[in-house]
Parts: sequence; structure tokens; C-alpha cells
Amino acid sequence: MEFFFNLVPLIPLLPLLAFAVIVLFTHRKNRLSSNIAIGGIALSTLISWGVVLATILGGEHVQVEGWQLPVPWLPTGTTVFSVGFAVDGFTAAMLFMVPFVCAMIFIYSQGYMNLGQPNQDPRYARFFAYISLFAAGMLGLVVADNLLLLFISWELMGLCSYLLIGFWSFRNRDTEQHIDEAQVKRARAAALKAFITTRIGDVLLFAGIALLYSYTGSLNFREIFRPETLEHLQEISLLGQPAVTVIALLAFGGAVGKSAQFPLHVWLPDAMEGPTPVSALIHAATMVAAGVYLVARTLPLFIAGFEVAHAPALQWVAVIGAITAFFGATIGLAQDDIKRVLAYSTISQLGYMMMGLGLGSLVAGIFHLLTHAFFKALLFLGSGSVIHGMEHGHHKVAHHSDHHAQDDFNANDMKVMGGLRHKMPRTFWPYMAGTLALVGIVPFAGFWSKDEILAEAFHLFQESGSLSLPFWVWLAGTLGAFITALYMGRQIALVFWGEPRHEAASHAHESPNSMTVPLMILAVFALIGGFANAPFLGSFLHHFMGEVHEASEVVHSAAVPFSLAVAGISTLAALLGLLSGWAIYRNYRAGQVEPFQRWLGPVFILLRNKYYVDELYHLVFIQPAVWLADQVFNFDNRWVVDPLVNLVGTIGRVASEITRVFDTVAVDSWMVEGTAKAFNGLGDALRHTQTGRVQNYLLVVSVTVLLLLGLYMAFL
Amino acid sequence: MIPLHWWLIVAAALFCIGLYGVLSRKNAIGVLMGIELMLNAVNVNLVAFWRYITPQVLTGQIFAIFVITVAAAEAAVGLAIIIAAYRRRDTVIVDELDIMRW
Repeated sequence: MEFFFNLVPLIPLLPLLAFAVIVLFTHRKNRLSSNIAIGGIALSTLISWGVVLATILGGEHVQVEGWQLPVPWLPTGTTVFSVGFAVDGFTAAMLFMVPFVCAMIFIYSQGYMNLGQPNQDPRYARFFAYISLFAAGMLGLVVADNLLLLFISWELMGLCSYLLIGFWSFRNRDTEQHIDEAQVKRARAAALKAFITTRIGDVLLFAGIALLYSYTGSLNFREIFRPETLEHLQEISLLGQPAVTVIALLAFGGAVGKSAQFPLHVWLPDAMEGPTPVSALIHAATMVAAGVYLVARTLPLFIAGFEVAHAPALQWVAVIGAITAFFGATIGLAQDDIKRVLAYSTISQLGYMMMGLGLGSLVAGIFHLLTHAFFKALLFLGSGSVIHGMEHGHHKVAHHSDHHAQDDFNANDMKVMGGLRHKMPRTFWPYMAGTLALVGIVPFAGFWSKDEILAEAFHLFQESGSLSLPFWVWLAGTLGAFITALYMGRQIALVFWGEPRHEAASHAHESPNSMTVPLMILAVFALIGGFANAPFLGSFLHHFMGEVHEASEVVHSAAVPFSLAVAGISTLAALLGLLSGWAIYRNYRAGQVEPFQRWLGPVFILLRNKYYVDELYHLVFIQPAVWLADQVFNFDNRWVVDPLVNLVGTIGRVASEITRVFDTVAVDSWMVEGTAKAFNGLGDALRHTQTGRVQNYLLVVSVTVLLLLGLYMAFL
Repeated sequence: MIPLHWWLIVAAALFCIGLYGVLSRKNAIGVLMGIELMLNAVNVNLVAFWRYITPQVLTGQIFAIFVITVAAAEAAVGLAIIIAAYRRRDTVIVDELDIMRW
């Protein structure tokens, strides 16, 4: 089994290779390109699972110490950047999930992207190239043994997210008759927003990495997490804090951007503009998981020098996580777009992961990351299937009826759906599994992982015995769990129950197998995924990856005992929320004012508008930035710089015109051509003396001699 | 004894007649004959100077003999050229033999 470790570099390289092959060679062959992409990720999955197996069999030695392959890359002066690969229990846990979920999404995409698209659409191949690159980025991030390779992969994902979120803005204007300009614009704006927002975090992360390197001279995880190094970092004071805390907070800044934590969460809902498989990819297996992974991987930096309960950097993580968990869930209550509800759900669930990490428990956070990846991929792919069913229904209706007018039908709007459980049973049942997992009903995956975070918080609260941070975190988490259940109840009631509220919904039909089979496979994982760390099965994940940070001597992890009270409260909250959400919206009729809107009034409007955070950012950051850019533009193009440039240009032109005249008249025609003409004329005149008659020459000679003689006589 | 300058005058006159012939004759053979006259005028001079200035050594006479030899050779070559020119151009008029002109 050890053999599989040698193949670790191939895990990110295979999708990367698939990307290169598609872009360079096969981009004209859609079917082939998608098969190459799927083949790449499938091989990656196989190797990854081999590595996971090898890690399990390798026992504690491999799981804690890890396997390493350093590759010297960039010699700079006396030091060498090495970008290597490493596998320990934590990496192996990620390797179990990431490539597999990616593969499911790839297979699903093959069905999804084909529908409604002309067969020769060149974007089809391009889509598969991009998602391959995306997967390569995430896999590279997971197997990296240092922050440099991690950051490179991180940025690769940033680029891919930009390309994929803005995917519908690539339009072939030669072949497409109907182009939805508004959609193009929205896709562009969303792509930019995602790129720029995550960039804010990336800059912080990069600053953190640079600081870390300047202090320790290394970016290798194993080296920076050595107790001596951490101690050294604690002793350096930076801005009144130990340097290690500052670095940790900078890294957390990167994670806030990438994992869409408050206040940089705004890009994630807009990222729904991308194709649905991309949403699933971003939300489940890659992108947002990267931020959580980063915090988990650098957890020793957050704790170093403090008690776990009082580490300031860690407390920030917990607070931001709790705020995000609660706040994301509440917004989810008031959204109509099926994908946006899931997007806010993702934000909220990422908050839970951060909460878990913020409480110092690596396993709780990562366990939730893993289970969430499965059921959130499932939910997104399921919503994509629903949307596809709706679009097909709409096409059918538009074909059969006479009015071809492009009405403002929105296939994502839950208000126009309804009763789909009969039309799309193969989507419905997996979707229900995903919902139960997200809400946290026993024995679905989400129950175990969410419960572990809440149990951790409650345990710390009991230990401290006061209404301190862990209590508020627990409260936010439990309330969040209730609200999560409420909005999911609302969603499934609106989508699958009741009567069809639009002709499209009554004509919707099931999606093809390539879409529904991945749903079913993921549903199985949503059902059983939680057993990986279920307390009654011996908390396997705890033993498997709990001790990867032991060597740093600051992170200690012990499984928190299962608490029936905590589990009971959260399950009760979840059941209550799910059932009431379902009951309230079960009989919702088209055109009615929503029940929540009737009861909550202005609060509902506030939630629907996402607390006006976007508007606030627009007012505070974007408008001033645009204004400033306008001024700079005017300064540059209208008022100062361009006129100056033009003036200099004009002066040059006039001067050169003068030179040109001087050159043509004086130099060319007078001097150069004049000389030539003079000699030409002289030669013309003189050649007539060459008569060819010998007697003439002799005459000249004689006369000359006589003249010379005469001169000689005269002057001598 | 006839004074030296008489000889010189005769030689000069002979030279001038030769020169005139060379310059004015149209026929190439006439030109050639003019050249002979000029050479012989020089011979007269050489012999006269020998007789009056250095009668002890034979330089003047020897020189004259050389000139006569060269003149003979020159006449032979000249006539050959004239015949060749005549064969080619059907003329011995020097004015018409002007292919070396500009």
C-alpha cells in the first residue's frame, strides 16, 4: 500500500493535465473533452482513495507523522523554496472527499451542460477544462506540504472561480440568436465581485505568509509548527501582539474571503450566476472548503502561546464563525431563488465549521466540512436538476402555446415551482436526504457533525461555568440550526409539495441518468457519512486525524463526550423548524403574500435584502472607488495627462516638419543633388574633347608645347 | 664651314613640314610619311650636333642609326595597322577612323 504515496503528486497533476490536453488539443471535440476531464478526476479519485487506504493501514505512524516528498523549487540566495507534497491523517480525510465529490460533479455536468445547448457549443469543452483546473487547484492545496504551494493552488482556484462564475458571459455572437444581455451582465458582475472580494482576503493571507517567511525562513508546515519555531514567533512583538497571533489573523483574513465569512460573504450568493455544477463545486468540494482547510491546517498558529480557551486569534475565528452561522441562516429564510437559499445555507454552514475550529477543535470543524461537502454537493446538484426540469417544462409550454413572447419566467424561482415530487421522484428522494442531512436529523451526516461542534461549545461552556464566548457560540449555533431547518422546510415545501404554480412546473420532467445517478450516490454518503465520526462507533475520525497537530505541542484534541442534552436540543430545534417550515408553506398558492412576510413585516424585507450589506458596501466602498476612478480617469484622459502628452506630441511634430523641409530642400536638392548635377554637367561638357581623332590630340599637344616654350622664353 | 645653326634651321624646317603633314593629311599613309619626316629632322639634328660639338665620340651617329631602325620598325607596324584598318572599314582617311571618340 505504501506504493500509493509515490503517486501523490499525480493527484493534482492529473486534472491539470486534463486541463492542458483539453485546452491545447481537444477543445473542438466536446464529448471527448468531457470524457478526458472525467477520466482525469476519476484517476485522481482512485489514487486518492488508495492513499487514504494506505494511510488507514499505515496506522498512527503515517496518520500523525505523515508522509513527505519535498521538491526543491526556487533557490533564492542561501535558502531554497521547496514545494513538496505531504500526506497525513488530515490530508487523507480531505482526499477521501474532494476528488470524489468533484468526480460526481463532473459526471453530472456532462448531462447538465448538454441540455439546451447546441452540440457544437465550444463552451462545453471549455467548461470541462475550467472545472478540471479548479479541481487541480483544490487537490494541490490539499496535498501541499507548505504555504507557498498552498497559496499557488489557492490563487488558481480564485482564477477558476472567476472564469466559471462568469461562464455565461462568454457568448458566441455568431451562432446564438437569442442572447440574454441582462444575464451576461449579471454573470460578469458576479465574477468580478467574487474575484475582487476574495482578493481582499488573499492580500491579507499573502502578507501573513510573507511575515511568516521573514521570521522563520520557512513555509513548510512541519517546520513552522515545531515548538521552537512557535515559541520564537511568540516572542517577537508586532503591533503590540505576539507575531504569531498577527500572522494567524492575517491567514484568517484569507480564509474569511475564500470561505465567505462575514463580512466578506457577499460574493458567494452572487456566484450563483455560474452554471449549477460550478455552484456545487465551489460550495461543496473546493473554493470555500479551502478557507476552512487553511485555518485548520494552520491551527497551531492560532493557539500558540495561549490557553485554547483564551487565544485571541482563535476567539476571532469563533466569533466570526458564530456571527456568520446565524446571520447567513436568517437571510436564507427570505430568499426566493432556490440556489440562493442554498448559497446562504453554505455561508451559514461554513460559519459552523469556523465555529468548530474557533473552539480549538480541528476534528469538529473538518468533520462538518466533510459531511457538508457531500450533502451540499447533493443539494446543489439536486437544485440544478430541478431547474433543468423547470426549463424543460417551460420549453415545452412555449412550444405548444402560441405566445412566444419571452415572459419573465425564472426557472430558479421557488414561487413558480410546486408539486415536483411527483414529476421528479429521482431528484426528490436524494434531495430529501440532503435536506435531512443539512438540517441535522438522526442518523443523517449533518446531525453528527453539527452536533459535535455544538457539543464542543457546550462542553467548553460547562468547563468555564460562565456566560462567556462558548455559550454564545453554542446559542448562535443552536438558533442557527433551528433557522436552517425552517428555511429548508420552506424550500422543500415550495419546491416539491403543493400544487404546480406555473405551467412549466406542471410540465417539468425528470433529468437524465448522468444527472440523477450522482445524486443517488451522494445521497448514500449524506445518509452514512456521519458514521465516520459517530461517538457510538468509536469516533473514528478523531483517531484518524485528531493528532496531526500534536507535534506543535499547542493543539491538543480529545473527543468531547457525546452529550444527549445538546444533541436532544439541536435535534428538537431541527425537527421543529423543518416541520413548521413545511407546514406553513405546504399549501402556499401562487400570488399570495408569503406567510413569513405577513408575520415578520419589515424584518422580512430586511432579510430579503440581505441586511442591505451589498448596498452598504456599494455606498461605502464601491461608489467612492468609482468616483475616485472617474476623477483619475478625467485627470488622466481629459484634463492633465493626455493634453500634456498631446502637447509634447504636437511640439515634436512641428519640429520634425521643419527638419523635414530643411532636409528635402537644403540637404537633398541643394547639396546632394546639386553636387551630382554639377559634376554631371561638367563631365558632359568635357567628354566632347574626346574626339577619337589622333590629329586633334596631336594638335593640342603641339600647341601646348609651343605655348609652354613661349612662356619659357618670355619669362626666362 | 657651314655654321651649326644653318643645320638646325634646316632640321627645324623639316620637322615643321613633317608636323604639318601629320596634322593636316587626311590619308593615313600621308600621316605616316609626315612622321618619317619628323624623325629624320631629329636625325639631322643629332648628326649636326655630333659633328660640331663632340666629333671625338660616335654617339650622335649611333643614335641616328637607332632612330632609323626604330623608324623602319614603326613604318612597318604603322602600315600594317593601316592595312588592317582598311580591311575592316574600307577607308584610310584618319578622320573616319574615330571609333575611340566619346
